[in-house]
Amino acid sequence: MKPPYLRFETGQVVLSGEWTLNGLLPVLTEIQSSLSLAAKADHAWDLSAIERLDSAAAALLWQSWGKCWPPVLQLPDGLHPIMERAANLPDVPPPSDPPPISPLEMLGGVVLRFGREITGLLTLYGTLLLDFLHMIRHPGEIPWKEFSANLYKSGTRALPVTALVGFLIGVTLSYLSSLQLKMFGADAFIVNILGIVIIRELGPVLVAVLVAGRSGSAMTAQIGVMRVTEEIDALAAMGISRTQRVILPKVAALALVMPLLVLWISAAALFGGMVAANLQLGLSMGFFVESLPRAVPVANLYIGLGKGLVFGFAIALIACHFGLRVRPNTESLSSYTTVSVVTSITAVIIIDALFAIMTRNLGMPSL
Amino acid sequence: MNSSEPVITLEGVWTCYGDSVIHKDLHLRVDKGEVLGVVGGSGSGKTTLLREILGLQQPSRGKVSLFGVDLADPDEKRQRAVRRRLGVLFQHGALFSALSVYDNIAFSLRELKCLDEEWIRNLVHLKLQMVELEPRHGRLMPAELSGGMVKRVALARALALEPELLLLDEPTSGLDPERSKGFVRLINGLQGELGFTVVMVTHDLETLNGLSGSVAVLADQRIVAKGPVEEVARLDHPYIRNFFRLDTDSALMEEGEY
Repeated sequence: MKPPYLRFETGQVVLSGEWTLNGLLPVLTEIQSSLSLAAKADHAWDLSAIERLDSAAAALLWQSWGKCWPPVLQLPDGLHPIMERAANLPDVPPPSDPPPISPLEMLGGVVLRFGREITGLLTLYGTLLLDFLHMIRHPGEIPWKEFSANLYKSGTRALPVTALVGFLIGVTLSYLSSLQLKMFGADAFIVNILGIVIIRELGPVLVAVLVAGRSGSAMTAQIGVMRVTEEIDALAAMGISRTQRVILPKVAALALVMPLLVLWISAAALFGGMVAANLQLGLSMGFFVESLPRAVPVANLYIGLGKGLVFGFAIALIACHFGLRVRPNTESLSSYTTVSVVTSITAVIIIDALFAIMTRNLGMPSL
Repeated sequence: MNSSEPVITLEGVWTCYGDSVIHKDLHLRVDKGEVLGVVGGSGSGKTTLLREILGLQQPSRGKVSLFGVDLADPDEKRQRAVRRRLGVLFQHGALFSALSVYDNIAFSLRELKCLDEEWIRNLVHLKLQMVELEPRHGRLMPAELSGGMVKRVALARALALEPELLLLDEPTSGLDPERSKGFVRLINGLQGELGFTVVMVTHDLETLNGLSGSVAVLADQRIVAKGPVEEVARLDHPYIRNFFRLDTDSALMEEGEY
């Protein structure tokens, strides 16, 4: 392959070799500078020695000629169409940058978007409620298979990871607290601390964060891809409601399975705490188990389970809402999955705060 | 470059998925400037063959070379250089859904990292013009395109780097006969103008007849025939007979209808 070559002769510029994109790339800077030099000098151009010319090189030549034919040009017939094509290109101005957005506009955009998302969530909630009532009246239409598949996916499959995380958090918490308690000689209070903190607060929140990352993101991605591949539309075309068949089973399954996961992770964390307390403080496991019901009123367990139910419902609702928002491109899929997880974790923390205020008089041990 | 050097050579290629054998001792040679249509029944391994030519998939046995470079060659630089000389049109377009039409075509040009924006802009508009689209279409996103436009944009993207070899996977599937004829005309015209080699997988005889060139028939796990369309159509092989007769039947039916 002969590289593209440009030669100055008396009063004219002679081009030879293979003028192709691949050939130009290694010698691009030299060629470009000599082209601009030649164009300035107003020479005649001789292209008859060119062996191959592709459209990239033709565009480069046309560009360096200042977008008009040079006065004297020798162009072989074979190169005519390709040069002609480059010459006939309409001069399209570069796309102008969008005008900068003022801070006020940005604020307005955020507020409006927030309002839209809230409306969307409420609409979805209402639709689900109506679907739920419909299901109660027509029990034959309940999608049991989807429901149980979701129970398995977001419940059973989550057991190992939640147990591991719960156990380790329990160990850490117990170890750190016992260091402090030892100083005051209040060893036995480790049961109170662990019991209240884990059952009432840490268990539900921990499991909610794990499930939001695990099942919430999966739900958003799944519904999102179903939108991208038009599966959602296919369902609608078959006369099957997407909320009944796709979303309701997910929301119901997660709302049901979350309290169970809360129970599971709390048990694992308490077990971890018990083991650590045994090693660190020499507290016997029997004593721990015996004093737990006395230290932690049973109301705390109900609060924890209630939180689990609400968290599960919220996570699934938010995940499905953002899944339906996905537009058919990969960028939107990834950004909505992120938004879904971040929003559901934030929502869980906010709901948790509301729970703390509403239940502030419940479940405290009477001393 | 030696002009008699084949663009693609497949030598003794075997492809097996578990126990099922897709290709069995397959040989194929495509010369420079050739326009080759590869036909074969569903599941005969046409797309697999294309993926092996692209280097996306390794054959179980045998050798695939492009421009005289073995695709099993571990040299990264040589592999990249080979890739730069070919353009692919995937069956469903495979446009980057997050990028606009303009950015899709400009993508591989920008990857070269030494072209200025004005040149890139001119080139992108040139390619859009080649596939008979207008500059304003550049602003559209792939999701907003019709099926025919997706194919055109994908072709423009395949042509962005001025390839010497163009691989087309079912270029006319999903297009109506009128559009499919137009698309074949387009490829034909561009091939005449730019002189690249074309390998096209198809099962549409209309497309095959439209593209003046030869045809290779993939059946019984190998290439059973390769040559000009009329010559191959006369051969006595169950699949070939079936394939070409089916089409004459449908052509007769069409004639009867109109």
